[in-house]
Amino acid sequence: MSSPVSWPAGVQEAAEVVSARPVGAYTHLVLRAPEAARRAQPGQFVACGTGDSGMLLRRSLSLHAADPEAGTLEVVVAAAGPGTRLLAAKRPGDVVSTTAPLGRPFPLPAPGTPAVVIGGGYGAAPLPWLARVLTTGGSRVVGIVGAASADRLLGTSAVDDATALDGIADAVVVTTDDGSLGAPGRVTDALPEVLLELSELGEPAVYACGPMPMLRSVHTTTREVLGERAQTWLAVEESMACGVGVCMTCVLPVVDLDDDDTPTRMLRACTAGPVFDGDALRWDAIGAAPHLRGGALVPDDAVGAPVVGRAGGH
Amino acid sequence: MSTPSAPATSATEEVAHAAVDLSTSIGSFHLPAPTMTASGCAAAGAELAPYLDLSALGAVVTKSVLREPRSGRATPRMAETPSGMLNSIGLQGPGIDAFLEHDLPVLAQAGARVVVSIAGGDPEEFGELAGRLAALGPDSPVGAIEVNISCPNVANRGLVFACDPGASRAVLEAVSGAVASAASASGHPALPVLAKLSPDVTDLVAVARACTDGGATGLTAINTTLGMVIDPVTLRPQLAGVTGGTSGPAIRPIAVRCIWQLTAAKRAGVLPDVPVVGAGGVASGADALQLIAVGACAVQVGTATFADPSAPARVARELEAELARRGVARLADVIGIAHEPGRGPR
Ligand SMILES: Cc1cc2nc3c(=O)[nH]c(=O)nc-3n(C[C@H](O)[C@H](O)[C@H](O)COP(=O)(O)OP(=O)(O)OC[C@H]3O[C@@H](n4cnc5c(N)ncnc54)[C@H](O)[C@@H]3O)c2cc1C
Ligand SMILES: Cc1cc2nc3c(=O)[nH]c(=O)nc-3n(C[C@H](O)[C@H](O)[C@H](O)COP(=O)(O)O)c2cc1C
Ligand code: FES
Repeated sequence: MSSPVSWPAGVQEAAEVVSARPVGAYTHLVLRAPEAARRAQPGQFVACGTGDSGMLLRRSLSLHAADPEAGTLEVVVAAAGPGTRLLAAKRPGDVVSTTAPLGRPFPLPAPGTPAVVIGGGYGAAPLPWLARVLTTGGSRVVGIVGAASADRLLGTSAVDDATALDGIADAVVVTTDDGSLGAPGRVTDALPEVLLELSELGEPAVYACGPMPMLRSVHTTTREVLGERAQTWLAVEESMACGVGVCMTCVLPVVDLDDDDTPTRMLRACTAGPVFDGDALRWDAIGAAPHLRGGALVPDDAVGAPVVGRAGGH
Repeated sequence: MSTPSAPATSATEEVAHAAVDLSTSIGSFHLPAPTMTASGCAAAGAELAPYLDLSALGAVVTKSVLREPRSGRATPRMAETPSGMLNSIGLQGPGIDAFLEHDLPVLAQAGARVVVSIAGGDPEEFGELAGRLAALGPDSPVGAIEVNISCPNVANRGLVFACDPGASRAVLEAVSGAVASAASASGHPALPVLAKLSPDVTDLVAVARACTDGGATGLTAINTTLGMVIDPVTLRPQLAGVTGGTSGPAIRPIAVRCIWQLTAAKRAGVLPDVPVVGAGGVASGADALQLIAVGACAVQVGTATFADPSAPARVARELEAELARRGVARLADVIGIAHEPGRGPR
């Protein structure tokens, strides 16, 4: 069917679980979804049904890998709440209802551009695939993966070889908040040195995937170290009800950098993202109300922002 | 939610295709199939094109359109609940100009029949929007207008129109007036006007009656029902908008009850005999059949689309199989059948 939408559309497949194995605190799943596997690119995600009829909504998971020959998608699931607990408990032979590949992939830089790929926790899932594409394009790639503690790390051979950046990226830096593995501290503590080293080869491209406070810090650190140079591509994780652009629950305030008036719009993270240019995100409005965990406010100057005294509707 | 088991379903479906007439109508608006999207659950409609054939649906119901662009509310805008969810979107949308310029042509191109949902802060805004749509004429894909009266009335401290018969009537008068004058100016038949009812009222039939008195030629039942979820960590409301609309299978019994009450009122002569479009918790053909049995002539599929973007089309296929299995030749034969003890298939 031809698509009248301007973003990649997914396909629905009943995907059999080919393998399931623990990786640190997470579960690595291989799913048979041949059509999605043919189209997928790094940075895209899969929306998975949990199999529980009382839990309507799908759970979005970043694609760790896609193998067009084998017809498989790979994901790494962190059991966070009831739905991801069910997904993390899937076993070979189980069938997961999938819609994939969704969202816009990581944009690729000019061939040979040095790049740093940064992941927090399971946010490292898409990085080995991305790093492979970047190195194939002639980029020198440095990986930085971090987590609160060693068991929540992903992307390093110290935890698991099959999901590691080692051997794909030219170098890998590991950090943990508690110092249980790698350098004590955050991924952004390791970032300035990597940026300065890479910028000797050219203006680096920065790719990051993880919780919003980490993405903010990656953006701030990059700007502090390299000024206006270096583009940051951040894969966000907004709460999504549909993943396919129909519900409007997943929006973020985003500036249109291509428009001289730079208007801000509430854009859907599932169709305009999940990868955004760090300069386009309205950091002043994101996470601005601490009681709204993970939420974003509507900036007063956003297109169609509420006028004082005018009530909203649902 | 039903997970159709492939071989059994496709066999039944083949039989059904030959047997059941699923066409239905809402006044002058004829639908080849009885399922539609639900407002706000299919965005502009084009978003679903990769997952189903828009032209095969009964109709695409658009997100409620306002006069001006609207950013909607802060996030979080949703919370999952048992067999349902809460949403608090705040009517995010591009406004009527952008809708007519960008969204409607895409639906026309796709061959879709369209029900445009409209919302406003006062009756004048509703009237203006209806006038713009009615002026498009019969070459446009717009087959009906759905009036979302479950939105706040600016003049009355944001109390929703749908909770007040007088305010509901005023909105419907503005809409039907605009539609009637466009019709008499062009000589084309007037667009059907559906008033979309809220279940959050004490006397649903009184509000429905106010809407038909105001000129509604049909009713949609139901919109979401107001709910709230407390974040287990912060012990504050989880939604930025504090309260949200509850939708999904959790509210299906409420939808079935509301459609039953409206149909019973029509049969008792308390309410004019206008078509009722059902909405609320439909995720399968069997669910749709419940709403139809109590009186819905067509059914909207909302929240189920979030889990399965092909749901509006799938529900029609499953409904066809449900009817075929019962030996029913025409959808029309089962509309309201729950009100007629002793009649109907076994
Ligand atoms: C683009 C994207 C990529 C992601 N990649 C991964 C991944 O690779 N591995 C992984 O383990 N997790 C990933 N997540 C997060 C994962 O989707 C959530 O942890 C999960 O949806 C929460 O579901 P639950 O049943 O555990 O929690 P619940 O709180 O029960 O979820 C309730 C509802 O809220 C939604 N929701 C709640 N939290 C989130 C969240 N953080 N993000 C999106 N939706 C949420 C769920 O989809 C569900 O509809 C990703 C999220 C996004 C948006
Ligand atoms: C995310 C979301 C947004 C909605 N937006 C609108 C809207 O703009 N206008 C409207 O009339 N109804 C809106 N609704 C209500 C639905 O159209 C429908 O009446 C309701 O959800 C019940 O049907 P369901 O259980 O199939 O979802 C919305 C519902 C949801 C879940
Ligand atoms: S998750 Fe529904 S629009 Fe993005």
